[in-house]
Amino acid sequence: MTENSLDTAGRQAAADQASGARAAAAGPGSVGAGDGLDGAASSTVAIPPPSGGRPPRPTLGRRAVTFADSLWRPALVLAVFFAAWWFVAAREYVPNYLVPTPGQVWETMTTQWSELARHTLVTLYETVLGFVLAAALGLVTAVAIAYSRTLDKALYPIVLFAQVIPKIAIAPLLVVWFGLGLTPKIILAVLIAFFPVVISGVAGLRSTDPELLDLAATMGAGPWRTFRKIRFPNALPHLMAGLKVAVTLAVVGAVVGEFVGASEGLGYVLLLANGNLDAPLLFADLILMSAIGIVLFVLVEIAEALLIPWHASRRAGVSLTTS
Amino acid sequence: MTAAPAATGTAIGMSGLTVRFTTRRAQTTALDDVSLDIEPGEFVTIVGPSGCGKSTLLKIVAGLVKPTSGDVSLLQRPVRGPQKEIGFVFQKAALLEWRGARANILLQAEMRGMDRAQAARRADELIEMTGLTGFEKALPHELSGGMQQRVALCRALLHSPPVLLMDEPFGALDALTREQMNAELHRIWRETGTTVVLVTHSIAEAVFLGTRVVVMSPRPGRIIRTFSVELPAHRDYAQVMSDPRFDRLATDLRGLLGSAAANH
Ligand SMILES: Nc1ncnc2c1ncn2[C@@H]1O[C@H](COP(=O)(O)OP(=O)(O)OP(=O)(O)O)[C@@H](O)[C@H]1O
Ligand SMILES: [Mg+2]
Repeated sequence: MTENSLDTAGRQAAADQASGARAAAAGPGSVGAGDGLDGAASSTVAIPPPSGGRPPRPTLGRRAVTFADSLWRPALVLAVFFAAWWFVAAREYVPNYLVPTPGQVWETMTTQWSELARHTLVTLYETVLGFVLAAALGLVTAVAIAYSRTLDKALYPIVLFAQVIPKIAIAPLLVVWFGLGLTPKIILAVLIAFFPVVISGVAGLRSTDPELLDLAATMGAGPWRTFRKIRFPNALPHLMAGLKVAVTLAVVGAVVGEFVGASEGLGYVLLLANGNLDAPLLFADLILMSAIGIVLFVLVEIAEALLIPWHASRRAGVSLTTS
Repeated sequence: MTAAPAATGTAIGMSGLTVRFTTRRAQTTALDDVSLDIEPGEFVTIVGPSGCGKSTLLKIVAGLVKPTSGDVSLLQRPVRGPQKEIGFVFQKAALLEWRGARANILLQAEMRGMDRAQAARRADELIEMTGLTGFEKALPHELSGGMQQRVALCRALLHSPPVLLMDEPFGALDALTREQMNAELHRIWRETGTTVVLVTHSIAEAVFLGTRVVVMSPRPGRIIRTFSVELPAHRDYAQVMSDPRFDRLATDLRGLLGSAAANH
């Protein structure tokens, strides 16, 4: 990518600056300062430099406030959830060996911390590797499908078949083939995360405005330049949506792989805890699995915010909600 | 001042162009037997009712649409695929929404592998000329429709193409800016000797800019008449508007377009 298509921080600043300039241009005194008037100004009067109207960059404090503001709603929901859980468990509306109290779960987490951390890392490793491979493979497949009619016809049935075949059903087969190591888990994660990447990638690549492709053609650009500068950036919003789905599915793939045959990982711990009727461990394990999914999802969201700040879905101020 | 290069044959040649679009629902004849030769350095403006195939005609010259029958040549070479010796301004601005105004203009240079420093300098000149100063980094959604069109115009001019094809480039501008852009385009054309084909719905624009005005009929588009514009090569907006020859031509055009629409 060139500096002017991926220099996101700079672009954001530039956008701030531009809107500032406009605010300055349309300031008090310029009644109905529209297109025509500032166009007219260019030939007679020099347009005031944009530096004057530049809004101050958000300070660290301001950013912290914005961050806290975005956080209090989910925090509140979580708090209510934990309170309800604690209430139900502590009053023993359900027996304690089925639903432990948050305190018991917390205790399990702290006392067995190092063990749990080790298993979490194993599952995290499988998930991330599976996701990265699925993203790479999925993107390559999407490009092949979007660019070639022949490959489209040849690959789509395979992709669809790989999706509709129940992954849980082939998990034992993978264990037979690849043993009890990490390989079958990673393969499952790839298989399960692959589909949304392909579908979103194809949709994104095909959504290019035909007029932009005409434009590229009159610029004498070859397919590689057209891909790099037009089709791929254009596909990114779709692709990022697919990657967000894929990353959460990759966790499922890794855990299912561990269910079938493993000696480590959170899926393995879950089976163990279930067998021992160790409800606190089971709950702690579930929380850690969810945490992996959430953290990875947020990381993809951050990547999205950095890659496509220009997209309508990410623009500040076009939110459909009230705040 | 008319820096038209020594005329060695036609810049754009069209003969017997017919275009039929077949869609699932219907077959449309967009153009019917259109022939037109354009000399180097000419400024041809095309007017005609909506849907008569003006955009299609430009795209055929650019090699983006294949005619059902007929021949096109550009700079004496037959048009077989997309042409790159041109600058094309599309009816929609067709900007990359992730790039700022200046970066959008520079796309032309990047796609052609032009010298970066030189292209950057040229881009800055064009930005200044079109009154986009101060908005270099603004993204398309932060620009007004008219500003977006001006960005598209700068992009088409960046590589100083020998042939400019423009599809209603000033459609979204207010009257005042439009006059200024017309004057600028007129100046660029005079100074560079570029061959220009411009589609417009404005009779005033067609007459002020054109050395020839081509009038098309409602669909299926045919050329019903071409007018030579008997105005000096070096034109001034105010002078042209008060020139009786301008009035006469504008009235003729209006009558022709009106009757063509009525007969349809
Ligand atoms: N790709 C296409 N597929 C099918 N029909 C098309 C296509 N492009 C154009 N047409 C049809 O051809 C006719 C001419 O279209 P064109 O865009 O050239 O008109 P135009 O003269 O530029 O109109 P306007 O002034 O409204 O821009 C229209 O009837 C349109 O529906
Ligand atoms: Mg058109």
